[in-house]
Amino acid sequence: MRKLLLALAALGSVGAALTGYAEPSPSRGGTLNLVAQPEPPAISHALVSHVSTQYVSGKILQSLLTFSTDLEAQPVLASRWDVSEDGKSYRFTLQPDVLWHDGKAFSAEDVVFTFGEFYPEIDARYASIRDDYFESISADGDAVVFQLKKPFAPLLSLLGSGLRPVVPRHLYEGSDLRNNPVNLKPVGTGPFVFDEWKRGAWIKLKRNPNYWKPDLPYLDGIVFHVIPDAASRAAAYERGDIHVLRGGDADYADVKRLAALDGSHLSDKGYELYAGQAFLQVNTRNPPLDNVLVRQAIQHALNRQFIVDHIFFGNGKVARGAFVSGTPYHDPQLPQYDFDLERARQLIRESGVDTSKVTLRLLNGERGGAWERLAEYTRQALQPLGLRVQVVTSDSATWYQRASNWDFDLTYNFNFQVGDPYLSTAYFYRSEYILKTSPFANIVGYRNPEADALWRQVADAGNETERRQLYSELEHLLNHDLPLIPIFEISFPTLYRDKVRNLLQTATSLNESYDSVYLEGGQ
Amino acid sequence: MKGLWFLGNRLAQALLTVLGVLVLSFLLVRLAPGDPALLMAGEAGSDDPHYIEQLRVQMGLDRPLASQLLTYVGKVIRLDLGYSYRNQSDVWILIAERLPATLLLLGSAFLLSSLIGVGLGILAALSARRRGWLDKLISTLATLLYAAPSFWLALLLIILFSLQLGWLPAFGMETVAASLSGWDRVVDLARHLLLPAFTLACLFLALYIQLTRSSLLEVFRQEFVRTAQAKGLAPRRILFAHVLRNGLLPVVTFAGLQLGQLASASLLVEVVFAWPGIGRLLYDALSHRDYPLLLGVFLVISVLVVLLNLLTDSLCQWLDPRIQAGGGQA
Repeated sequence: MRKLLLALAALGSVGAALTGYAEPSPSRGGTLNLVAQPEPPAISHALVSHVSTQYVSGKILQSLLTFSTDLEAQPVLASRWDVSEDGKSYRFTLQPDVLWHDGKAFSAEDVVFTFGEFYPEIDARYASIRDDYFESISADGDAVVFQLKKPFAPLLSLLGSGLRPVVPRHLYEGSDLRNNPVNLKPVGTGPFVFDEWKRGAWIKLKRNPNYWKPDLPYLDGIVFHVIPDAASRAAAYERGDIHVLRGGDADYADVKRLAALDGSHLSDKGYELYAGQAFLQVNTRNPPLDNVLVRQAIQHALNRQFIVDHIFFGNGKVARGAFVSGTPYHDPQLPQYDFDLERARQLIRESGVDTSKVTLRLLNGERGGAWERLAEYTRQALQPLGLRVQVVTSDSATWYQRASNWDFDLTYNFNFQVGDPYLSTAYFYRSEYILKTSPFANIVGYRNPEADALWRQVADAGNETERRQLYSELEHLLNHDLPLIPIFEISFPTLYRDKVRNLLQTATSLNESYDSVYLEGGQ
Repeated sequence: MKGLWFLGNRLAQALLTVLGVLVLSFLLVRLAPGDPALLMAGEAGSDDPHYIEQLRVQMGLDRPLASQLLTYVGKVIRLDLGYSYRNQSDVWILIAERLPATLLLLGSAFLLSSLIGVGLGILAALSARRRGWLDKLISTLATLLYAAPSFWLALLLIILFSLQLGWLPAFGMETVAASLSGWDRVVDLARHLLLPAFTLACLFLALYIQLTRSSLLEVFRQEFVRTAQAKGLAPRRILFAHVLRNGLLPVVTFAGLQLGQLASASLLVEVVFAWPGIGRLLYDALSHRDYPLLLGVFLVISVLVVLLNLLTDSLCQWLDPRIQAGGGQA
């Protein structure tokens, strides 16, 4: 029997080789051509969390950890980590023989500086978490120890989200961090070294010959092209000048056509950690939106399947709650608001609101054609309830200011959950983030002490079962109050040429270092 | 002496115009909603009120508008266009990086549209005098070009020459990964330039054709042309020495105006072809309310337009010495 199995296995191998199914050995060399859209405002994602900055900088700077597509923490600059039984001590052992791009040795002191001094000064939200939870961060030989005041379950998500890379202490310590010249020519530990940025045209990265992973990376370099027009980006991809288009690089209406090209692939993998969700922010200060029944009626009046199918051309799925479905924190038992106009009208009647006297201002930002169509659809969809909607179209700067200053009734926005909702989604709901500083805070004026308490408890809870139970309670509460109306979970279709290999391997694939990405044939 | 007075007068007008543009654009950009400090903090992922206030102080936005204006004008007089906090760079450097690309694009488009347009206009005028078919063909072409929106034409050209035929690149100013040098780099640049320059040229080609045609036909009807013909001068000499010199005067005036319009029309072409010029810099600065950069670009564009108008005036005076200071004819 064993011989038979061996024979079959051997036959299978030969067959695979003959039919070309065997994975070829990685080729070396070549330049990967990508698109940086929009052009990043800065190159270092330690300082600027702009989506394009992360895309470029993720190849230069590295984090301690990353996450696999099933959201398990994976080593990067930390080779292993040990958590104490009481959940109050995390010890990260660092990779040996890592060099910064300027040749200096990477050490535990860099990590201590990064999380002890750099981020607390750069990022107020991180500083708040540090003050609440961190006792100390210290170097211990080739390891770093995070000693906590109390358990903080989202710590690994915080360190591995890709948003907080380690920075070189020797170049930043004692400097004006935000205006340090290194920010424009970042020095990291990643597989690619910053080479040149010709503003408005391209950003060039070249191979790091001293990369700490032996024999990697495969590529000679990466060029990020700045192509502002979606149709031109599509043409460049079609010609083969560009190897990869991320979700949003091509118009949603163009994706299927580009995917059908010879040698073109389409995948929505590689965004598992980000878990993007679009929602309607409802200013709960303004009548009649202060009435929860009106908010629930609006939710029932929006045909979200129609939105996904006909406005975003199938690139997503209907949102199931405040937390993205498929992540461990969403409760699949959550009651759903199906498209039901009769129920919506009934809720309006129960609310006692005279909708004939209501005009709602839907503040619409500059995000492209699909979002404009969504605003127009919303105007039409709320008419049967007697709600008049005035779409206030504005450029992105105006939207940003008016949304930040609470100058709207309704506005569409989206968020990336980035692993644990406490690290991102929470800021849209927690009452202490009712701020006039950003559209990505609690601009809707939602105050519910019960919800605030649950947010605190999910962060403090020691074990995962308890956390999920608390998240479930919280999601039910938010699902009832609806200060944000979940619309759809955004999928990000990545288009890539078949010669590009090993592209989508982790939960943050596009922003990864690309140390194992290669071009088949080497060019 | 009259020529110097003319030039001096025009220079003084030009300086006043630039100053007017400076003050007006300063006030206009401040009237637009949008807060650069909020936007910058947002891009950095920060909603820290202290940081946002710190940015406002850094940018001088915490001071009264009049004080900001005076500071800015004072800086510009000292040739300091300020600092772009978003780009972490002096405005001069950012503009200097992009200006050559725009000048190359505008210059090429100007040459293409004026030379081809005037040439076709002359052919059309000559044909029209004989009631020939060439006139109708050229006039139809001119109408079609004039009616075609530039972004649509740009995409059609990309589809035809880049995607279908594969002759020309679809975007950018150079083949970055190729690291070319010398003559190869010049050829590569020319290949990248051809489609955007032609698209931009098409916008004005029709106007040159029609203007040249009608102007020449008008001059052909003048008495001095009839006199020249009666004297037995060769048709070629009549055309080049008499008709063209007089007939091209309105064309030269139009060319001066066109250069100003080209600068604004180039924005769309720069976006479609990903041409790294000053038009896109302006768009980005506007999107992010990068006030110093926005004002710097406005200033440079207005100086360019004013200089080109000066050049046009001088050229008109050379072509027709009867033109005096004040723009009248003797």
